[in-house]
Amino acid sequence: MTRTIADMLVDWEPVIGLEVHVQLGTASKAFSGSGVEFGAPPNSLTDPCVLGLPGALPVFNRHALELALKLGIATGSTIRARSRFARKHYFYPDQPKGYQITQFDEPLCEDGYLDLLLDQQIKRVKLTRIHLEEDAGKNLHVGAVSHVDLNRAGVPLCEVVSEPELTSAEEAAEFMRALHRLVRWLGISEGDMEKGQMRCDANVSIRLRGEDRLGTRTELKNINSFRFVQHAVDHEIARQLRILDGGGRVERETRLWDAAAGQSATMRSKEEANDYRYFPDPDLPPLVVDGATMGALLKAMPELPTPRFVRYQRDLQLAPDDARTIVSDLPLAGYFERVVAVNPRRSGRVIANWVLTELLGALHAAGVEIDQSPMTPANLSELVGLIEDGTISGKIGKEIFEESFRTGEAPAAIVVRRGVQQISDEAQLWEIVERIVAANPKQAETYAAGKDALFGFFVGQVMRETNGRANPVLTSDLLRKRLGR
Amino acid sequence: MTPEQWSIAETVRAVTSGEQSAVRLVEIMLARVANYDRELGAYLALDGDGAREAARELDRKRAAGEPLGPLAGVTLALKDMIVTKGVATTAGSKILEHYVPPYDATVVDKLRAAGAIILGKVNCDEFGMGSSTERSAFKKTRNPWDPSRVPGGSSGGSAAAVSAALCTASLGTDTGGSIRQPAAFCGVVGIKPTYGRVSRWGIIAYASSLDQVGPITRSVVDAAHVLQAIAGFDPRDSTSLDAPVPDYAAAIPQGVAGLRIGLPSEFFDANLDGEVRAAVARATEALRDAGATIVDVSLPHTHLALPAYYLVAPCEASSNLSRYDGVRYGARAGSTDLLDLYQRSRGQGFGPEVKRRIMLGTYALRSGYYDAYYKKAQQVRTLIKRDFDAAFATCDAILTPTTPTPAYRFGAKATPLDMYLGDIYTLSCNLAGLPGISVPCGLSSEGLPIGAQLLGKPLDEVTLFRAAATIEATVGLGEARPAGIGGLW
Repeated sequence: MTRTIADMLVDWEPVIGLEVHVQLGTASKAFSGSGVEFGAPPNSLTDPCVLGLPGALPVFNRHALELALKLGIATGSTIRARSRFARKHYFYPDQPKGYQITQFDEPLCEDGYLDLLLDQQIKRVKLTRIHLEEDAGKNLHVGAVSHVDLNRAGVPLCEVVSEPELTSAEEAAEFMRALHRLVRWLGISEGDMEKGQMRCDANVSIRLRGEDRLGTRTELKNINSFRFVQHAVDHEIARQLRILDGGGRVERETRLWDAAAGQSATMRSKEEANDYRYFPDPDLPPLVVDGATMGALLKAMPELPTPRFVRYQRDLQLAPDDARTIVSDLPLAGYFERVVAVNPRRSGRVIANWVLTELLGALHAAGVEIDQSPMTPANLSELVGLIEDGTISGKIGKEIFEESFRTGEAPAAIVVRRGVQQISDEAQLWEIVERIVAANPKQAETYAAGKDALFGFFVGQVMRETNGRANPVLTSDLLRKRLGR
Repeated sequence: MTPEQWSIAETVRAVTSGEQSAVRLVEIMLARVANYDRELGAYLALDGDGAREAARELDRKRAAGEPLGPLAGVTLALKDMIVTKGVATTAGSKILEHYVPPYDATVVDKLRAAGAIILGKVNCDEFGMGSSTERSAFKKTRNPWDPSRVPGGSSGGSAAAVSAALCTASLGTDTGGSIRQPAAFCGVVGIKPTYGRVSRWGIIAYASSLDQVGPITRSVVDAAHVLQAIAGFDPRDSTSLDAPVPDYAAAIPQGVAGLRIGLPSEFFDANLDGEVRAAVARATEALRDAGATIVDVSLPHTHLALPAYYLVAPCEASSNLSRYDGVRYGARAGSTDLLDLYQRSRGQGFGPEVKRRIMLGTYALRSGYYDAYYKKAQQVRTLIKRDFDAAFATCDAILTPTTPTPAYRFGAKATPLDMYLGDIYTLSCNLAGLPGISVPCGLSSEGLPIGAQLLGKPLDEVTLFRAAATIEATVGLGEARPAGIGGLW
């Protein structure tokens, strides 16, 4: 009888390390002045350097360094004051110089970490290195003819390499989300996987639980969506488990993930591996990071997602999911912070709820970014206050929200104008409750006999009578008192 | 003297004053190329239309009273390693046959801005790899002093064209001696500037950390004028030096009084031909007579220059030449299979010496061998550089022979190693990144020019010009002209 994957995982432990390429959001390429733009006409973003023409030389774009340094600082990496560019040689039509300019034995950043914001814990994954390199172009195959588009060639990339510390496909996917969150937070990349701005290779191996040594790994290439990361790694774990659990041996190889087919296939075996013949690029002097640059970047570094995630839960009692959602986007988190700051006594949990449901929904429907929200943080804080202090009910609050979002008018002013203040006066409500119970004796009798569902009927009648203004908690209390249970 | 023999100063004066129309001057030069280059074999491409157009523009400017630039009307031939917009640039290789660049090298921009006229492109060893121009894929270039002999290399076309007055001046490139050695063989002046002094943007790379562009001219002062026009910082070359450019020509009359000239014993070894030794000794005496102090210096790691060079240069070459793959430009062998396309394009496109160096470099850069070869060679460069630093503590410039022998006959260097050994005196200058100049210091008994080499401190081209001008004025070639090709004079 064949064992299930779950059974096998009792004995075997997957180990995953990721290599993620992040395109840096510079206006021009890493080593020349051509522009960077997604979807431009093929080969329109080129110059002698990008094309690898005879005599062309690279000049490093310092803006790319600044962006990479932000990532290095935010991941707690050790940053090399003098790093080096190296040439990595291989022949391929999308690589017109016959080598890629990258960093090899002297990378910009080493020994950093990336935090995975899991529900139960924050998992800190070690980063081996972050280095700078240039992107390749793209080969386009049309029937028997191959075309080369070099628009992407020379776009600056950060390659982020993790230690093999991830133990499931879910963690691998979370690693990608965490990195996506961080690069967007820092404003160094859009991180759009659909546009290839973040691409992932995964090294997957399996070992017996308790074993220190890593098993033979395979490298999965071409994983280009968050969903595919999980899918591809899961698939590879299962493939290796079946081999190992059946007593077989995993071959060291590079496999290409085919998202459409939902499976991977051998791309090249160890024997076919390239010798890249790395050596320092003699056209480029050492990359020097001076103290002034570092100082300015450190000073400008925003509070990072992890401490905020912790703070939102600890100080504002946010649920982990809400806290994670808010820290996944810097403008969203900024808006939330501003609402909280208007009146820190208001419940962060309630604010988060309004921001994540009503506000994001309304913004989405209106097609407006949160930076341009017509609902100001002050107005949202005011609205939450009106509900918290009982001036209006939550239900009315949604109506007020809609009007304030539409017109920009302050919620308190709308409440006064519309006369929708909540009725919390006990005597006034008791009088209404009395009247309604008296008018519905049959229902009162049936409820008393045990038909609980009728309670809602009475609440509804009170709300109808008060145009929804009755304080719902008080109404329930008074109804229970009047109905006898 | 006829216009083709004019110095740069004479040419500029004649064209600027209107005494000589630039258009007429260009016609004279083109006619000379048409008459003599069939035998000499210096030019790979003539840009008659471009030259005439540039000349017309100069004449128009002069008529309009506009400034013409410091090289107004000076006709130049460029080594075919220098890319020229709209004019075929081959690096002497079949793999770039018919390749027409879409941009100009920085040095070409600068020459044009100075009013110079580019006549065309001249022959060289394929990708600068060779010392006789016999490794050109296209043609044989002869030495104007003796057509049975090589002009030297790799900038052999440049030196031959200047020597035969088929241009007023030329630019060569020098990775291990490729400006200075052909200058010595052809009886002209050639200077390799300090690494980073002249932009490499648009210079086809052979060995990036050694390559440098420089002038080849008929006189020291002409070399100073050309270097003046092409030197300086270029933001397009990350290895370019951001340092002021002194007035080179103005410094020449200072002479050598008070200068200390070092003689390194390692350069006067058993390989050195007796006549060359004697000629360099006469140059030494001339410098002493002119007020210089002669001191003995030692460059003890000189014997390591050749092995270090033949690791560094092939490693970098194997990398730099990776771009010639037949895909985007250059010669492509027909094929429907990618690997086959690469193998056949490169197999057919590169000549044997280029393949040899690509193989050497590819071997030395293999994974796990970097420390033993490339890195070790770079460490040797540091030792060689330290030798020079120490020597320059006691002298201002170093005098050596440029080559062990005068120009040899075609086919004389039977093995690659024989050929490599001809460069032993010029390599260390590139490895240390220093400036070096070759200046004629007499003729051999067979009537062949002999070159003296002066090596200087980083960015101290001025001292080299001063000392070279002194040698030129005392033991130089005087009125001697190359007579190997009938009717040249």
